Amino acid sequence: MQTRREIYKSIKEIPREEFLAGGTGLCAGCGGLLALRLFHKALGAKTVVVNAAGCMTLVAVFPFTPFHSSWLYTAMASAPAGAQGIRDALDVLIAKGKLPADEDLKVVVVTGDGAATGIGLQATLAAIYRGLDFYYFCYDNEAFANTGFQMSPASPLGSRTATTPIGTTTRKENLFELWRAQRPPFVATVSPAYPLDLMDKVARAGRWRGPKLFISLSSCPPGWGIEPADSVEVAKLAVDTGVWPLKEAHDDEVVHTVIPHRLHPVEEYLKRQARYRHLFEPVRKADILRQLQADVDGYWQRLGAAAPVARVAQDDWSV
Amino acid sequence: MRRDLLTGNAAAAWGARLAEVDYIPAYPITPQTEIIEDLAQWIGRGELEARLVTLDSEHSMLTAAGAAAATGARVFTATSSQGLVYGFEMLYTVAGWRVPLVLVNVSRALAAPITLEPDHNDVLAARDSGFLQIHAETCQEVLDSVLMAYRLTEHPDVLLPVLVNLDGFYLSFTREPVSLPAAAAVREFLPAYQPVHAKLSAGHAMAQGVAVLGGSAYAFFKYQMQRAAEAALAVHAGIAAEFADRFGRSYGVVEGYQLDDAEWVIVMANSFSTVGKAEVSRLRAGGEKVGLLRLRLVRPFPVATIVAALSGRRAVAVIDQNISIGKGGILFAEVASVLRGGSAPPLRSFIGGLGGRRFRSEEFDLMLAALRQAEHSGGSSEPHLLFSETEYLQLREMLRIAHGQK
Ligand SMILES: Cc1ncc(C[n+]2csc(CCOP(=O)(O)OP(=O)(O)O)c2C)c(N)n1
Ligand code: SF4
Repeated sequence: MQTRREIYKSIKEIPREEFLAGGTGLCAGCGGLLALRLFHKALGAKTVVVNAAGCMTLVAVFPFTPFHSSWLYTAMASAPAGAQGIRDALDVLIAKGKLPADEDLKVVVVTGDGAATGIGLQATLAAIYRGLDFYYFCYDNEAFANTGFQMSPASPLGSRTATTPIGTTTRKENLFELWRAQRPPFVATVSPAYPLDLMDKVARAGRWRGPKLFISLSSCPPGWGIEPADSVEVAKLAVDTGVWPLKEAHDDEVVHTVIPHRLHPVEEYLKRQARYRHLFEPVRKADILRQLQADVDGYWQRLGAAAPVARVAQDDWSV
Repeated sequence: MRRDLLTGNAAAAWGARLAEVDYIPAYPITPQTEIIEDLAQWIGRGELEARLVTLDSEHSMLTAAGAAAATGARVFTATSSQGLVYGFEMLYTVAGWRVPLVLVNVSRALAAPITLEPDHNDVLAARDSGFLQIHAETCQEVLDSVLMAYRLTEHPDVLLPVLVNLDGFYLSFTREPVSLPAAAAVREFLPAYQPVHAKLSAGHAMAQGVAVLGGSAYAFFKYQMQRAAEAALAVHAGIAAEFADRFGRSYGVVEGYQLDDAEWVIVMANSFSTVGKAEVSRLRAGGEKVGLLRLRLVRPFPVATIVAALSGRRAVAVIDQNISIGKGGILFAEVASVLRGGSAPPLRSFIGGLGGRRFRSEEFDLMLAALRQAEHSGGSSEPHLLFSETEYLQLREMLRIAHGQK
């Protein structure tokens, strides 16, 4: 495994301090919550989270909040606009001497993939276009999880959701490239299974002013049909099979920050989740399995020589 | 003090300028645009120290406005019509955050069919959101109301956002002489905003807009908003008295015109009240004891004042420039709901002025005749939809053309 890190190099360096206390109402094993907790550790306490409707909206339920930082729930469509209002107000108040500069905050949008790729995309692209100085954390559980795991534009090809009972027929929307087209200073994918990679990216991203994107593939036990105890392992398989490449981009270059020496077959990842069971039972859907593997292989092959090669057993290709 | 010839829009912009706002999130819509353009000019010339940001929609604009207010900035924004309804979700949200905000709405009728001219379905659709509503008749009142609205919205007993309404085209682009109070005098009346509870900054960890489950906490917070809106009546009275002292212009929650000895009363709101007042004068000249009651504060609804003003009259007509399809006039329903018991006058409901449609003198004669009849037949009435025969004939001609008939 080839990795690239500058600030957080060993697990021991992860701060013990928690900014997101335990005991929330979210599901056991929620990969998104784990990623958010790590994300917050890297940012520190002087943070305000601006939230769009989704599972994370229920992290704080009156009268309790697990956040040691501030929190503003906006609406599903407009969390980036809320971030704009806060950022602008902080800037204006500091400039006018109405607020001491050391009371400044890092402004963070926390949103699911459904809001990020659909209803909230307009506000998001507008915030990037304006060069808003903020962090955007998308926990990508690949569906509208909070409302019962319906299909979102981030639901991958072939996956079963509550509104695609026989599997989606469309490919996952590419939020990373949508952002990158506008050349924000920092875009990255992260995973709760790779905490050092995640925290290192967040810490390094702080060097740049402007919009900073983090999409965390977020294993979702009830939605994906996995055991809570297996959540991190399945998230790790997504990286190790090449399905979820860990990468970042500033300027034009995309850099892969974790490159497995050899990729595991995609099926190893799919077979662990009930949302893909219909691809194997009652009959094996060879076409779509082949397509999913080919998509992953194609992605890595396009990257060139350094790319790992999928280790695919030949018999897996039989119909 | 200066007197300038200002449009209603420019008067609204002057209100924001004199309030020395910190932040203006914006999105264009006719007929509101001039307000934002004026503010942008002043910021560009260094005459107003504020930040103006163009958002991607009114939904985002209102989110940014509320979030900036929750951070402790004094915020101004303006919209109209489709823009107001596009931002609807955030009206409720921002009001629920209990942050001060002044939003100017330049009334314009709602599609479809699409039009640019005014009626009040846009602003009245927002009446349950928690935004307080001040409806202005003149350009001077627009400016003054914006200043008073900041005092109201920032008052610790209120902390509900305030919407100041003016009619598109009829007021937004009409020039009237407007007294501009001196900046120093305004600063005394309206000191810099000191956040009372909402203040996002490193020194004040705060959770705002969190989920409440089970209903009782939700109900509690909504009841608090109701109590705050009720308290706003007394707060408004205090602000209005102080405003009158300092600037010599007084504004009540309602305005009476030839009302004291009036036997027949017409209830109206916004700039078309000026037409109503002229008609009242005409009818008075003919010996009719007619008066007009203009509703200025629509939320909170000044129940006691309205009851006192209308009780004991021979009959009352409510003219609505809006239509709740399937029911009728919204203000009629509001007024009727508070008038009860022995001294309650018979009421009649008229709908006119939709999409900027002008009122005619004959229609006021017709209303007076209807009131005379109402005095004897009593009861309430179906909405009377005003439309003249001439208009109908013109419309038939348009329909003929639209259908491609020769
Ligand atoms: C305007 C609007 N439409 C619909 C909803 C209902 N809603 C709440 S959460 C949610 C799903 C959000 O999905 P996603 O962004 O993927 O986050 P997740 O649920 O996965 O956490 C929806 C549709 C809403 N809150 N607001
Ligand atoms: S449904 Fe999925 S994303 Fe939502 S809280 Fe549960 S595990 Fe997390």
